[in-house]
Amino acid sequence: MGFQLENVISIKDFTKKDIKFILKEAEKMEPIARSQKTSKILSGKILGMMFYEPSTRTRLSFEASMKRLGGSVIGFSEVAESSATKGETLADAARVVACYADAIVIRHNAEGAARYISDIIDIPVINAGDGAGQHPTQTLLDLYTMKRIFENIEGLKVALIGDLKYGRTVHSLAYALAMFNVDMVFVSPKELKMPRDIIHDLKEQRISVHETTKISDVIDDIDVLYVTRIQKERFPDPEEYSKIKGAYRIDAKMLNGRDVIVMHPLPRVDEISVNVDALPQCKYFQQAFYGVPVRMALLKALIK
Amino acid sequence: MRKPKELKVKPIKNGTVIDHITSNKALHVLKILGLPDGKSRVTVAINMESSRYGSKDIVKVENRELESNEVDQIALIAPKATINIIRDYEIVEKWKVHLLDEVHGILKCPNPNCITNKREPVETRFYVINREPVILRCHFCERLMGEDEIESQF
Repeated sequence: MGFQLENVISIKDFTKKDIKFILKEAEKMEPIARSQKTSKILSGKILGMMFYEPSTRTRLSFEASMKRLGGSVIGFSEVAESSATKGETLADAARVVACYADAIVIRHNAEGAARYISDIIDIPVINAGDGAGQHPTQTLLDLYTMKRIFENIEGLKVALIGDLKYGRTVHSLAYALAMFNVDMVFVSPKELKMPRDIIHDLKEQRISVHETTKISDVIDDIDVLYVTRIQKERFPDPEEYSKIKGAYRIDAKMLNGRDVIVMHPLPRVDEISVNVDALPQCKYFQQAFYGVPVRMALLKALIK
Repeated sequence: MRKPKELKVKPIKNGTVIDHITSNKALHVLKILGLPDGKSRVTVAINMESSRYGSKDIVKVENRELESNEVDQIALIAPKATINIIRDYEIVEKWKVHLLDEVHGILKCPNPNCITNKREPVETRFYVINREPVILRCHFCERLMGEDEIESQF
């Protein structure tokens, strides 16, 4: 047995063995995700979707994953459709959805919401993003993308770029990459540096970690540029924001002749120029597709 | 009974003496114990000399025998404190406080956006991930809490 988890709440709950199991299973799911094969393994099963915050990719890819495996989906996609507007607690809402479904996927604006309901209900819970907290399925699909492109995650050199302070995907990803002994470089404006406690944890695991403010310092010696969006609201001064935004923008000229791939959790705004989209280095749309086989593998492992 | 001159705090007949409290933390300890409660007779000594630690605080609560689960939370504030149960001027039980692996209910998560700070029927829960200095991790939002944040709650 490769997978012991009953819920998928935080990447910190995973062992390297759990992650490798899911990545391997995801590969088997790819022909089904691409509609080259059909599957009925979750036929008759229902996935409950509790989305208190809007989401396109995560919600649609979970729905696609469940349906590709022969299952069906119920739920709501924004808080206005839920009974939270009538004052119902999350605890009660989760108990009710658990009466109708075989597993729950939740996105909520409060940190810890997924862990909280997983303590209350008996069916598996998958965290699809809890505030500024965890988004473990994004991390798994990021790892899967690297594995599919490079075959081995071990030994890669990965640069995490942009908002490393508030970006939830980069925190989980840094912890996961550490399990695979990946060399990491954190590239961000000084206002948005990777939190000290994360750097401390990584160094304790003897992971090679470097920090810089310039992409040009690292681009010649890196396999993966993992780009995240710098949000305007992090900067009180709009002029400061536009200056910083420009310094962390990836474009075709920068990538010219370089053996590097570009990943992004999406939605992208203007931190990657559209002139990158047609280049072989562009992997972010492929990355978005890989969300389906990875989530299929998780659903299969969790729903008994 | 002859009263020794050097005795700054009067012995008690029955009750609990909490000794070796980290100096200047006695008032936090009272808060943890829900004191003063309007009826208990309590003696507090702050910044006393201690041969072992240089200085210390002492709290004496008369006619109340604190239970170990009541006082274990004191370890969050004063990890070297000792508890003495007194009956008829004699120490009948003595033990050191012990910080449990988990802290339930007592503390609030410092993250305002944690689910435990929303209107949900939930008790807070923290894992002790470091004992000296004390660092706790919220079971729900995974946020870390250090000594300053712990003390500011008492």
